[in-house]
Amino acid sequence: MAAPMISLKSVSKRFGTFAAVDSASFDIAPGEFFSLLGPSGCGKTTLLRMIGGFERQTEGDILIDGEAMGIRPPNQRPTNMVFQSYAIFPHLDIAENIAYGLINRGLDKASIAKKVAQALDMVRLSGLGNRRANQISGGQRQRVALARAIVCEPKVLLLDEPLGALDKKLREEMQIELRQLQKSLGITFIFVTHDQEEALSLSDRIAVMARGQVLQIDTAAALYERPNCREVAGFIGNMNFFEGRIVSIAGGVAAIEIAPGQHVRVPATNGAAPGETAIVAVRPEKIDAVATAPQGSDNVVSGRALAGSYLGDRSLLLADWREGTAPISVSLQNRRSAVDADIFTKDAELWLTWPIEAGVLLKN
Amino acid sequence: MESLRKHFNLLSLFAVLYLAFLYVPVLLLPLFSFNDNIYVTLPFKGFTLKWYENLMANSALQAALWASVKVGVGVSIGSTFFGLLAARAMTRYRIPFRRGIYALIMLPLVIPYMVIGVSTLVILRRGLDVDLSLWTVGASHVLITVPLSMLVLIARMEGFDRSLEEASRDLGDSAWQSFRRVTLPLVMPGIVSSLLLCFITSFDEYLLAFFLAGSEATLPIFIFSSLRFPSKIPDVLALGSLILMVSIVLVVFAEWLRRRGVSGSDSSVL
Repeated sequence: MAAPMISLKSVSKRFGTFAAVDSASFDIAPGEFFSLLGPSGCGKTTLLRMIGGFERQTEGDILIDGEAMGIRPPNQRPTNMVFQSYAIFPHLDIAENIAYGLINRGLDKASIAKKVAQALDMVRLSGLGNRRANQISGGQRQRVALARAIVCEPKVLLLDEPLGALDKKLREEMQIELRQLQKSLGITFIFVTHDQEEALSLSDRIAVMARGQVLQIDTAAALYERPNCREVAGFIGNMNFFEGRIVSIAGGVAAIEIAPGQHVRVPATNGAAPGETAIVAVRPEKIDAVATAPQGSDNVVSGRALAGSYLGDRSLLLADWREGTAPISVSLQNRRSAVDADIFTKDAELWLTWPIEAGVLLKN
Repeated sequence: MESLRKHFNLLSLFAVLYLAFLYVPVLLLPLFSFNDNIYVTLPFKGFTLKWYENLMANSALQAALWASVKVGVGVSIGSTFFGLLAARAMTRYRIPFRRGIYALIMLPLVIPYMVIGVSTLVILRRGLDVDLSLWTVGASHVLITVPLSMLVLIARMEGFDRSLEEASRDLGDSAWQSFRRVTLPLVMPGIVSSLLLCFITSFDEYLLAFFLAGSEATLPIFIFSSLRFPSKIPDVLALGSLILMVSIVLVVFAEWLRRRGVSGSDSSVL
């Protein structure tokens, strides 16, 4: 990575013994669309607010474009924020809202007016400059908040769940707009969301957080295909887990005993050693379900159908494979007109198979 | 349905009686102020403006009115200023002993004015050897109106999104600029309410003024002392009517200002 735009150095926010953010250290590249993803209360918003200067870190420091921020207030940082509630000033009209930050930069009236007009044009709100916040729709308010921040030409734009209040259709439109805007402006975006689909579709890289910890930072594909812990695996998409014990490692493949005498094989990870307990994680769509015992498959687990549902493009199947364990969910693409209809009847006997490289070995 | 209608009628009757109880005495005041009779009794004897003429000539009364206006204006500005600071501290900062401090500020609302009056008098005269004047009256009125102001302003400050202030900081405002450009305009309706409330409270406060006024009487003290002389009662009625009129004008003005503040279109930062 070239010189990072943002560099977090062991940033923590503690309240007594509780850590809202626990020693976060990572870099964000210039022009990157970076997301902080996690369930509510995981510390993602606190981290964003510390970068923006709205909260003080109790330990560590944040460097923006090489400069240590320390406890600088928001007005002395090269960042701008799009607030979750949009925070459109109700006593000012839309144009005055967008001009707000420009006035502080000592620009003359003519250039402010020009920039405001350009910004309104950019977010397709031309002609609405003299409306007030309560006279425009939620989606329009969202775009005003965006224009108001971008017009200040920040090095980093902070977005705190900006699409959370919009309905689904509008949200999808705004996602595309946001991505295009970011690409054309080249500004570093830090985007906070609890919506994994949103994070996956928008971001260059995503930091998954839980309980104040940054669990994994990776691209969307890497997070999905190679989660580094059970929590990330379970948070991003659906995942099946087989708990067991590593019995052998050979040629980069680990064999795990998931039930007495029953083994599955999975690519070994660094540091895994025979004798340790481990988890094998397999995505539902990577498992195939068949009605007759398969020959020569890497991994085979036999079980019984619990429930099936037909969803048009795919079918979902829940299968029980062993007493006392969570059922396995399988997602089958309906490529052929008739899949093995038999396996969807309750209690039908079936076999679940998947290739070695479809599994992920996780520490328990 | 029948019982519902009956119920409704009883409620209407109650409402009418209640409103009459509240406002008939107030409305009789101007009526009797034009009555050509030194005694406030029916029937009306005739129309006269002489009580109003008396007012114009009564310099003691005018002095008392002027004293009360001075104290009231000073108190409303002072209390609203302190109330604004207190409300901001209460709503925007994590301060230690917040609840305790809040309770201490609110306490004068429930302490009998007599207690405040006597104790303040003792402290001022015996403890600090301060001469009684309109200043001492004003100070005691600030004490009792700061809680009112703080209540009004806390309600207003909690009524708007905190991220508005954060947004202004984010867009380059210093703490002071943010206060001036965002907080103040948004809190303005509350400030107007607070100014009016504090002024009215101070303007007709009797007990503390009685204890703490020096040689200069405030209006309530003057009026109360006038009541001992029946001949002066019509003057007081005339004065009361004038004050009533000014009050109505003030309240209407404040309401107009408030509505303008809500939907206004001519506030500008450019």
